Parts: sequence; C-alpha cells; structure tokens
Amino acid sequence: MNAINKPAKKNFSVSRRAVLQGTGAFVLSAAVPTFVLSKKAAAQAARLGIAAKPALEPTQLDTWLKIAADGKVTAFFGKMDMGQGVDVAIAQVVAEELDVKLENVEVIMGDTYFTVNQGGASGSTGVQNGAIPLRNAAAEARRVLVEHASKILGAPADKLTVTDGIVSVVGDSSKKVSYVEMIGGNYFDVKVEWNGQVGNGMVVTGKAKVKPVADYRVVGKPYKRFDIPGKVYGTTDFVTDVRVPGMVHARMVMPPTAGASVVKIDESSIKNLKGVRVVRQKDFVAVVADKEWDAIKAREQLAVTWSKPTPPFPDQNGLYDYIRKATSAAKKVEEGNGNVPDALKGAARVIEAEYEWPFQSHASMGPACAVVQIEEGGKTATVWTGSQKPHYVRDGVAKILGMEQDAVHGIWVPGPGSYGRNDAGDAATGAAMVAKMIGKPVRMQGMRDEGHAWDPKGPASIHQAKAGLDAQGNVIAYWFNSKGFSRLDVNSNESDPSDNLPSQLGGSVSKAAMAFNVPEESYGFANKSMGWETIPQFFRNGNPLRSSHLRDPLGPQLQFASEQFMDEVALAANVDPIEFRLKYLKNPRDIAVMKAVAEKSGWKSRSRPNGKPGGTGTVAGRGVAYARRGGTVVAIVAEVEVDRSTGAIWPRKFTVAHDAGIIINPENLRMTIEGNIVQGSSRAIFEEVMFDRDKVTSVDWMTYPILETMQAPETIDVVLINMPNEKPTGAGEASMRPLAAAIANAVFDATGVRVRRGPLSPDRIKGYLSQA
Amino acid sequence: MTERITLNVNGKTHSMTVDPDMPLLYALRDEIGLRNPKFGCGLAQCGACTVHVNGEATRSCATPVSAISATDKVVTLEGLGTAEKPHPVQKAFEEEQVAQCGYCINGWVMTSAALLKQNPKMTDAQIREGLAGLKCRCGTHMGIIRAVKRAGTMMG
Ligand code: FES
Ligand code: FES
Repeated sequence: MNAINKPAKKNFSVSRRAVLQGTGAFVLSAAVPTFVLSKKAAAQAARLGIAAKPALEPTQLDTWLKIAADGKVTAFFGKMDMGQGVDVAIAQVVAEELDVKLENVEVIMGDTYFTVNQGGASGSTGVQNGAIPLRNAAAEARRVLVEHASKILGAPADKLTVTDGIVSVVGDSSKKVSYVEMIGGNYFDVKVEWNGQVGNGMVVTGKAKVKPVADYRVVGKPYKRFDIPGKVYGTTDFVTDVRVPGMVHARMVMPPTAGASVVKIDESSIKNLKGVRVVRQKDFVAVVADKEWDAIKAREQLAVTWSKPTPPFPDQNGLYDYIRKATSAAKKVEEGNGNVPDALKGAARVIEAEYEWPFQSHASMGPACAVVQIEEGGKTATVWTGSQKPHYVRDGVAKILGMEQDAVHGIWVPGPGSYGRNDAGDAATGAAMVAKMIGKPVRMQGMRDEGHAWDPKGPASIHQAKAGLDAQGNVIAYWFNSKGFSRLDVNSNESDPSDNLPSQLGGSVSKAAMAFNVPEESYGFANKSMGWETIPQFFRNGNPLRSSHLRDPLGPQLQFASEQFMDEVALAANVDPIEFRLKYLKNPRDIAVMKAVAEKSGWKSRSRPNGKPGGTGTVAGRGVAYARRGGTVVAIVAEVEVDRSTGAIWPRKFTVAHDAGIIINPENLRMTIEGNIVQGSSRAIFEEVMFDRDKVTSVDWMTYPILETMQAPETIDVVLINMPNEKPTGAGEASMRPLAAAIANAVFDATGVRVRRGPLSPDRIKGYLSQA
Repeated sequence: MTERITLNVNGKTHSMTVDPDMPLLYALRDEIGLRNPKFGCGLAQCGACTVHVNGEATRSCATPVSAISATDKVVTLEGLGTAEKPHPVQKAFEEEQVAQCGYCINGWVMTSAALLKQNPKMTDAQIREGLAGLKCRCGTHMGIIRAVKRAGTMMG
C-alpha cells in the first residue's frame, strides 16, 4: 500500500495502450472488423472521434455506445426525436447509467449508417421502448469498464465508484482510472443479448444490473433541448436545406381528378423554360430543372391531358351515410365480457348515440422534401429525408433503386413537422424514381396543395354507442362500435414503395391492411363490448384520401365518441360526469388522474349542464374527458367560451392531469403536452378535409384552417404525476386523445347542445345552436 | 426573360440574373444559399418565409424579387442575430425553449421582432392579434406567446 505515499498520477494514470494491452482487455482498434466508410460517414465518424467502426449489429455493445478519446460519449439511437426532446431523455438515461455528465453525451439518431432500426418515431415509444436498449447498453458498458478498472486498480469491483467517467476506489479517491484511459477512442468488443426483433420491439440486454431509481441524479431533471439554438438562430439544416453538387429540382405534376391517367403530355407548353425536362412513369409525372423556380413554373405550365375517370368520391355531405352503408371488409370485437344483448333487453333505460369524425390532414408546416443521390456508378446511394422512420425510407428507396439495403445510406434531417405517416416518404420515393431516371442527384419537394390534398389522411369514421341503465341508474350494459376507413390503408412506414404515392402513380399496386382500434379505458362495466369495422377505400392507387397514421392514430375520434357518451350516460343517470367516471374506473392510476384533474381544475359537481339552448351572447362551460394510451393516463378539464352569434369556440383553459410513469424530463414533458393540447384543439375545432366528387378541395390554409394565436388557450395547467416505480410510457400523443371530447363536453355544459360531429367549427356550432 | 438584380441581404451585396417575377424567397435560398427563410405555402398564408425589408416583416414567397431595389435592406433570420450576438427575440425563444419541429420559427421570430420594434410593450391581446395569420402546425403557440412577452421586457 505504498501507493498512498506517491502521487496518484504516477501510479494510476497509465497510457491507454498500456492499460489495454496490459490486461488483455475488451478492445484493440487494430483488431476491429472495420468497414470502409463512405466520405460522408467518415466525416461524421471523425467528428465523433470514432477511429474505426465495427459492423452495425444489435448484438455489439459498440453499436449503441462509443467513448471517444476526449471523453465524449456518443449514444446511437435508432428511434427519433421530432422536436419533443426524446434525444435529451435518451442522453439523460445514458448519462445516468454510465455515470458521466450529461453535457458529455451526444445522441446520434436517424442515420442508418450509425444506428440500427429501432422503428423510428412510432406510437410515442421513443422513451418507452427506445430508451431500453440504450439504458441496458450503458449499464453494460459501465459494468465492463468497472470490471476492467478493478484489475488496474487492484480493488474489487464492488469497492469502486464512478463519478463523471472516473472510476475510483471507495474511500481512496486517489486510486482512479478514467473511462478515457481505458477505452477512449477504441472499440467495445463486448456482446449483448438481442431479442431478435427489429423496430419498436428491439431490446438488448447485458449482464449488468441497471441503476435503482432511488439513485437517479440525471433522470428526472429538466435539461434543455439540444435542438433549440440551431432552430432559433437559423443554423440548423432542415431537409429542405440539403444541397449536393449537381443537384436538380423536381416537382410532381398531379392529376386534376383523383385516379386520372395521363393521355398526353405536350412538352412544347414549357419550351420557354430552358433546360426543363419532363419525366414520366405511367401516371407519375414530374418536371426537373436546374433552378427550383423553373421547376415550379414548369409544374404550373405543363399541359397534360388526363383521362376523365368516373368521379371517385361520394358527395361530401353524404360521407357518413356512405360509411354507414358500405360493406365492411373486416370487423373485430376487441374487448368484451358478459352478454350485452340480453343485458340491454333487461335494462330500464337504453341510451344510444352516434358520432362522426372527418378525414384530417397532417398538413405539415411545409410540404415534404427529400434528396436522393446515386453514387459510385450506381452501386450505392444516399437519401436525405425528413421522415420519422428513416430506416424504412432507406429500405423503400433501396427497392426503387434495385440496391441492397446496406448500399443505401439514409440520413434524417429535420423536416417540416411530423405527426405520423405524412408525405415525407412520398417525397423520398419520388426523388428516388427521378434520380434513377435521370442519373443526377434530385431534390423533390411538394407544393402546398400536395401537403394538404395529397398526404395520407387520418381516416373518417362513425361511432355508435349504447348503454343500458337499471332502475337505479347503474350501467348494466355497454356497447361501442366504430366503422370507418382503415388506419393502415397505406402502411405507417415507407419501406414498401407501393405504399407511397409516386410509385402508386407509377404503377405499383398497394395492399391495404385493415385496422382500427377501440377506446382505451378501464371502465368496469358488466356486459361490455367494444369493436370495430373497416371499409375499403374509395379506390386503391393514387388516392388522396388514402388513410394512415395521424398523431394518435384514431385516438381523438374514438374518445370524441366514447367520452362524450360517458357524459351522456352520466346525464341520463343524473350523476356528475367526474363522479360517474370515478364510480366505474377500475385502474387505480386512472382514478388518481381523474381525482387530480378534478382537484386542480376546481371542478364543481353538476349532474345537469349549466347552459340552456337558445339566447345570444357568449357563454362558458366546462367538460371533462379521459383516456389511456399505451400505459399513459390523461384526464383533461376543458373550459370553453362559446359565442352564440358566430358559433366560435374559444378553449380558454385546460387542466391536464398526466401520468406517464417515471418522469425523465419534466420540462420537455410539459412542452410536449402543451403542443398536443394546442394541436388537438385545432383538430377538434377547425380541421376537416374537404372534397368534391373528383378531388380533395382542401389545398391550403384557407381551405383547411387551423388554430392560430387568436384562438390559442389562455392557460394550459399541467399536473404531472410522477410514478418513480412505473416504467416511462409515451407522452407524444396521449394528451391529444381525450381533448376533442373534453371540448365537446364543455360546449354541452355551456349551451345544453350536444355536438356529435367533428370538428366543432363555427359554422357547425352555429347551425346546431340555431336548431336547438 | 431574365434581369440583372442586385440585393442587399444581411449587409452584403449580391447580384444575380434571374426571372424578375421570381419570388424573393428563391433568390435568398437558391441564389444566395441561405437556410432561412423557409418555404411553407408560397401563398402568403403561413409566414414561414418572412424576412425584413427595411425593417418591415415581409413574406418573401409573395414578393417578386424585382420589387426589391439594391438600396432596400433585406435581413433574414441569419442576419437578425447569432448565438453569440442574439436578437432579444431569439434569446427569448431560446430561453422559453420554443419550437417543436422548428420549421415555422423563422416566421414567428422575424414577425415578432418587427412588431416589438414598433411596440415592445404589447399586451397579451396585442401579441395574439399581431401574430394572427402565422401558422405553427406543431402547436407551440403557448411558448411563442410567452417568448414574445419575454422579448418585449428585454427590449422595453
Ligand atoms: S411560405 Fe410565404 S407565407 Fe407561407
Ligand atoms: S414548431 Fe413545427 S410548425 Fe411550429
């Protein structure tokens, strides 16, 4: 123990090489099975201090984590952040398990060269699923580093502690060795167990035990977002800002009638635009120019003769009748107990209602954009995309280009907003098709009408509900059934070109999957049945009303129906809406959330609405609604003002009680909830895709209005319920789910008028009020 | 039909030979190579393309490049401020952690900077009214309103 008398450095600060060689440790970069780095990847690798890189395998610890020679930790995240701070949460989890400073952790995401496919952004599972492999990998990395340090320091591992990446002996901090000294810049030759799944379900596990929650110091703190400075100072490259040498600009030319085919293209119509080319594959038509403005002009000017197909759509006024009468392609009862028909027969009273919800558009802030470059004489390619699932986009582009997956490098660059399956993958597909045809790097961007009229839509639906009450007003039967277009009419990822608009126009035929959901709640009604039916789309290929995932796929419409219906049943039973829910909710977390929202909002018990139909002026009301979503529980009290002369609704205040398990970052969580509440209000009050028999007529912000500052709430009061012993669950969508119902219930309280069709637009409300 | 056009952008002079009807947006993005403004709608409906022309918030997607003369001073988000020398509005947006996707932020920052220059003491209602017409699809309006108020205090 003479080491005590000597300077610590001399004893313990050994050169990295010596450390590694001396112990026959986990790595030597010379032994690393490297592959050749493309130039772009090499630049990124150099920036991250990665000298060499093994093949990207989930089973390699090194796939998940890297510690550079300067101590910087890089976490490779195969999911995505779309502006809600998921990457910060990942950094927190990694810093926590590894015992390093958060500032030293960088998260790389959305790059198919550096990250495995954890499913991209999907179903608000960024933290819920996405953090688990990273957490386990970080814990495993700490374990092997501490074990290694134990050999160097000559002390058992359980007598060692780690602070900011320095391993030292408990009680003698002069005996220490840093992560950097042990591994900095080198490769972890350590295997982890992989469950074999790709996408959302991917999990890897090491031998290490993860840190007990009680020891957390980084998780739970409000660290700031990484992406904000670049966005407010304008230094972030968005996908629209990607420029590569020799790149040309492409715009699609869309048919005036959905489903029309090209009869003739008169290229002389654009001959004044020098150097502009027309490319075509069946009914996929695009113009290509060196200058973006020329491409835009050519898109306007190009004379295309299109066929005149039978109008593909019903009259929009008849949409819900169309749905009601359509033959179902699939049906399913998802949840049920008891015997509903018999119980209804024996009921003293039966309450029935039907609700309707329109098609809605992602209407992202800008129409989608992508850049595709074919390299090495057609052997490899790169796609820059704003899609929230860049790995799947890469797969789709590889199929179009006839390349192996690994030959295509997918790079995510922030796009103009993403709330599910929007038009991003269509832009990438179109860019790849044109790049293949002309052999140059192609930047494809939509125009505004494509962002609104041609993106995959949130599906339209009807929802029917029945409840039986006994003589005392107890619910003895409950039946709920939805019927609408599938949420997977085109897949929620873009890996199959036939699911993407340009290749559909180009002739590939998509296959729909039939899927719908039921409300997620814990009402313990005896004799309960919840199910759905889906109907086929109007037509298959190049359909602007094709439906897919839009933030909280089906949540807003399902709860718009089911949670309004709970209020209708409560009214029939002459019970306050919150009291009614508390009586039937079974899950203790749901009950806690409901109680929290009642308390925080200062809810005043009422069994009847305060307002009455008729009269003028502005009236106010409050409504409640609740939902579960993948483990997260949300209850909302909405306070609205209704201007009875204009029908305009102002959602003045929301109180939101939110339980998403253990909280990783309270500030980013709060902001995520706020965004959901505002976007949800917009969808509840304003948004409806309009169409005529030929085409979608919602083509811009005038024909598809959304909420603006004048209609934004005055207050959003968020109550975060932290559950340290529950795993973290998603927050990206849950609070949007019960929102429309909370508003509709508040409108009922204010006016005594029940609005069973969304959105609660001024015209519709005015119409309802005048009939009341 | 092209014309020689000279623009003064962020204090620098740029000359280009372009279609005079081309919107200023494309001159700034494609000819000069700036990341901001952004294309959101091309229809003067969203504000993503806002720049300052002689201090006035101007939607560059609906302004023909020929309407701008060489003596007009065009300022883009890049020219408004930097992380080292931020404009108060940028600082306030950073402090309030505003932006989800961030694609709209150019429009909000440029428009509110011009508004606050005229009146740093705007009330909540004036802020909401002054920013009407701008879009944020992600729904970050609450943060935006907080940030503009904060910037007003910094500027007032
Ligand atoms: S892009 Fe100019 S206002 Fe929308
Ligand atoms: S932050 Fe996405 S549109 Fe405003």
